[in-house]
Amino acid sequence: MFDLLVSPFSEFEFMRRALVGGVALALSGAPVGVFLILRRMSLTGDAMAHAILPGAALGYLFAGLSLGAMTAGGLVAGLLVAVASGAVARATSLREDASLAAFYLVSLALGVTIVSLKGSSIDLLHVLFGNVLALDDATLVLLAAIASLTMLGLATLYRPLVMETVDPNFLASVSRVAGPTQIAFLVLVVMNLVAGFQALGTLLAVGLMMLPAASARLWTTDVGGMIAVAAGVGVASVYAGLVASFESGAPSGPMIILVAGVFYLLSVVFGRAGGLSRGVGARRHLEA
Amino acid sequence: MSAIIRLRDLTLGYDRHPAVHHIDGEIEAGDLLAICGPNGAGKSTLLKGLAGALKPLGGGIDRVACAPRDIAYLPQVAEVDRSFPIDVFDMVSMGFWRTAGLFGGIGVDRKRKVMEAIHAVGLDGLEDRAIGTLSGGQAQRMLFARIVVQDAPVILLDEPLTALDTRTSDDLIKLVGKWRAQGRTVVAVLHDMDLVRRVFPKTLLLAREQVAWGETAEALSDANLRRARQMVEAFDREAEECVRAA
Repeated sequence: MFDLLVSPFSEFEFMRRALVGGVALALSGAPVGVFLILRRMSLTGDAMAHAILPGAALGYLFAGLSLGAMTAGGLVAGLLVAVASGAVARATSLREDASLAAFYLVSLALGVTIVSLKGSSIDLLHVLFGNVLALDDATLVLLAAIASLTMLGLATLYRPLVMETVDPNFLASVSRVAGPTQIAFLVLVVMNLVAGFQALGTLLAVGLMMLPAASARLWTTDVGGMIAVAAGVGVASVYAGLVASFESGAPSGPMIILVAGVFYLLSVVFGRAGGLSRGVGARRHLEA
Repeated sequence: MSAIIRLRDLTLGYDRHPAVHHIDGEIEAGDLLAICGPNGAGKSTLLKGLAGALKPLGGGIDRVACAPRDIAYLPQVAEVDRSFPIDVFDMVSMGFWRTAGLFGGIGVDRKRKVMEAIHAVGLDGLEDRAIGTLSGGQAQRMLFARIVVQDAPVILLDEPLTALDTRTSDDLIKLVGKWRAQGRTVVAVLHDMDLVRRVFPKTLLLAREQVAWGETAEALSDANLRRARQMVEAFDREAEECVRAA
């Protein structure tokens, strides 16, 4: 048992690094994912993740596999797409989801083109799927910094974000923080996707954000509780995914997301707050 | 009585098209004012303007004796996401936003105020309920409780009694009476003329233009109501620039 659960981490430094980086990602991604779900923006997260690609690819084009350049490029591209699709939605008759889809599809194509022009298919795989087993010191510091910033940011934004989600008219009637709150939240989303991109790649980065949050929604009807459950599910997925990948030799990023997917399926079936098993063996209705 | 909000030749609208045209008048401190008029008369637009959510196209709104922060505003369609996991207590506590802000605690004192507000609207025992489980009437009571917590001297209500049963609307009207007794100024958009005649001393009858503003019995005279019905013209895409705006 010890050999299975602990020794991969005690013996191999890259496993320890992967675990630390993954836990940081899970802890900061969980609350962001919870708010994405509550704001009905689950697919926005996915679209933004794709939108980051051309920015990271441009960074890669100019500086190779450089952390700073790819991170900066990803941040800029993600925010540009978020702002531009919002602006198109406001200025034209196109709804936000349609304009976001248009922007991210173009971004994804652009990103893949740029990476393929310059690099090999291995580089492309790295960008698309990341490599959680190759996290160096600088990347770990980046992940930790983004996680800390995210938590501080969400602690500050918590009230306006909840109010803006549940009753936007009311917040607008008592304060002008709604606009800045939305923008700050989008910045946090992009930051977390860029962080996830280093470890899991553009395509899976959003998985560690959304799957634990979606699972949590099925267990509790309380925002604080959802964040706690989501963080727990995220951390457990990282750990179990790494162990599974170590034992089976399967790539670790996808394994982490697959484990999160298993948690999600279990929640869909057994979740106390809206899972399928609610209706099974239902007792008779109450008097009042 | 002294004016608390003064409207000077006020024109409000969207995209240069006026919805409310050249209104002049004063809302006095302690007024209980009803705004009546046919659909499309600009009642909601006027309330939005008073709440500061809409910039005037012409003229102005002087908040003589109150700041925008002194105004509590209940929009017509409260776009509350009822599926959001939040309970009645937290929802009512939002009324403290002005004073509690980002980090201010909800301590013993504020908790007591929230419970009093929940009691005042007759939702005792429901404070821990998720808002998604409330009926339409209960949800409206909850929004009234939040206004109680906001403790604002000026309260704007946009069709607050639409789709409510008699008992709920009676209870809420009683609360409005209490607000008036406390010296608050209440402006409400209402369609129920009998209720307005019974409860509201003053009325502004609106039909894009001001038809009448004064004692309710006079403002809602048959002649005025007929005039109001005739005055609501259709939205005109080709409208010329208003000569009175010069």
